[in-house]
Amino acid sequence: MTNRIHETDRMVFDVKGLNLWYDQEQALKDINIAMEKNRVTAIIGPSGCGKSTFIKTLNRMVENIPSVRITGEILYHQQNIFEKTISVEELRTMVGMVFQKPNPFPKSIYENVVFGPKIHGIKDKNLLMEIAENSLKRAALWDEVKDRLKKNALGLSGGQQQRLCIARALAVNPDVLLMDEPTSALDPIATGKIEDLVLELKKDYTIVIVTHSMQQAARISDKTAFFLTGELLEFDDTKRIFSNPKHRKTEDYVTGRFG
Amino acid sequence: MNYQMESIKPKEVAHMKVKEKNKMLKIETDKKRLKKRLFLNQLFKNLFSLSVIFALVVLGILFYRIIADSIGWLNIKFITGNLSIFPEKAGIYGVIIGSVWLMSIVVPVTMILGVSTAIYLEEYAHKGNIQMFIKVNISNLASVPSVIFGLLGLAVFSRLFNLGSSILAGGLTMSLLVLPIVVVSSQEAIKAVPSYLREASYAMGADKWTTVRRVVLPVALPGILTGAILSLSRAIGETAPLVVLGIPALLLRVPSSVMDNFTALPIQIYYWTLDTVLTAEYANLAAATIVVLLLILFIMNSVAIVIRNKFEVKF
Repeated sequence: MTNRIHETDRMVFDVKGLNLWYDQEQALKDINIAMEKNRVTAIIGPSGCGKSTFIKTLNRMVENIPSVRITGEILYHQQNIFEKTISVEELRTMVGMVFQKPNPFPKSIYENVVFGPKIHGIKDKNLLMEIAENSLKRAALWDEVKDRLKKNALGLSGGQQQRLCIARALAVNPDVLLMDEPTSALDPIATGKIEDLVLELKKDYTIVIVTHSMQQAARISDKTAFFLTGELLEFDDTKRIFSNPKHRKTEDYVTGRFG
Repeated sequence: MNYQMESIKPKEVAHMKVKEKNKMLKIETDKKRLKKRLFLNQLFKNLFSLSVIFALVVLGILFYRIIADSIGWLNIKFITGNLSIFPEKAGIYGVIIGSVWLMSIVVPVTMILGVSTAIYLEEYAHKGNIQMFIKVNISNLASVPSVIFGLLGLAVFSRLFNLGSSILAGGLTMSLLVLPIVVVSSQEAIKAVPSYLREASYAMGADKWTTVRRVVLPVALPGILTGAILSLSRAIGETAPLVVLGIPALLLRVPSSVMDNFTALPIQIYYWTLDTVLTAEYANLAAATIVVLLLILFIMNSVAIVIRNKFEVKF
């Protein structure tokens, strides 16, 4: 999409000394973390620990909240995302996002998926249809909706809506997919489908997922980051975090003793 | 322990408790109080339904008087005929056309200015004291008496811009009058668009204008249209500003451009009612014109309700 952002190296995100304040309150304290290509990084921690704030900083959505102040840098393929030369619009086409609550537009299923391609200037109907089919197939939703693409997306079930939101995010062909507790509003079966999907998607995308469920983190992630009161307490291979964590507090949290 | 006791003899225990309490608070026996409460209950119910009946009766009498007066006068000839000083020859074709011309100024001016203002205030303006100040004052403007807007229109449009009593002067004055209402109702409609829809759009790399145009406005449109139609029905029935502007009644020429003089339905009703002392039949003409105006208002409001019910998105 642009020659300023290189996609060749393995390191996708390299966060260095990231601090974030809401007014006077510091929500993120000196975060240092690196994320590799085609890996699923899970972010866990108790409510209010800064996980959502952190993931929203990666595509700069957090700046929509007034009174946010950020220091430090986030290198995305070695390019600092806070630099003036990178626009947030450009960054967000590369770094897609799926939200906690399924948020399809009150339009048809087809219109939802092609929203992104359309705003980025694609007008060719055949190409749009191709993109829609591809994205829906990758989001494992195609078979369920192929006969009702013109129907309103709000008629889908919660789990289908969330997969539609994933398809919509994939349609702009991103490099990274940020998922902010994508299954917290879904039932176990729908959750299972999303989890299978994440494992499938990591072949093509780098995924960062915030989750409240320890089991989910253990099932689908390669690396796990444990946040506590705005600090990154521990970041390691998921297996290590769940079997042999370095910190006492991490162990307490993953075994369910608090949080 | 307590719970167990209650579950065995709930009535007795409850009764004992009430008695104890009453003793403590020195209240009369509960039966008297209950009677009083039930009486008040019934009284308020009756009072409330009475106020509804009162409103309906007044409305009913009003309708009856107007329709009774207009019978025999309201016919096709009355609607398609031209004004005349002779009551039996008079028709209000030119007056209806005048009102239509007026709306042809008010609709585009208020929709474009009103919706743009609302978009700016809700989507672009930094939330702060200045924005608050502007919002509060727009709401205040909505409650300024219409005659004041008439005076403003007279000073600015009629005199300063030299537009006289033309359709343009009347239309712009009316636009000023209903603009605050359109702004406020559009703001409400835009505010009601869930923020997670905007987030979804931003997260795909959409800029602000794209988000407003493709996500916010389509969802807010039914609300905006409802507010706009309701404020237009206010503009079409408003008299005071037009009186101040010196809009004449009994204009024999049908207007054909925005610079022409014109007269409108409420103005015609006003002057015919005034002149009933001279010609008694003018009362019937006024009544017939009121029926026409009410019909137009009724249709406009129905359209607003249909739009609201049909296109409103439920989340």
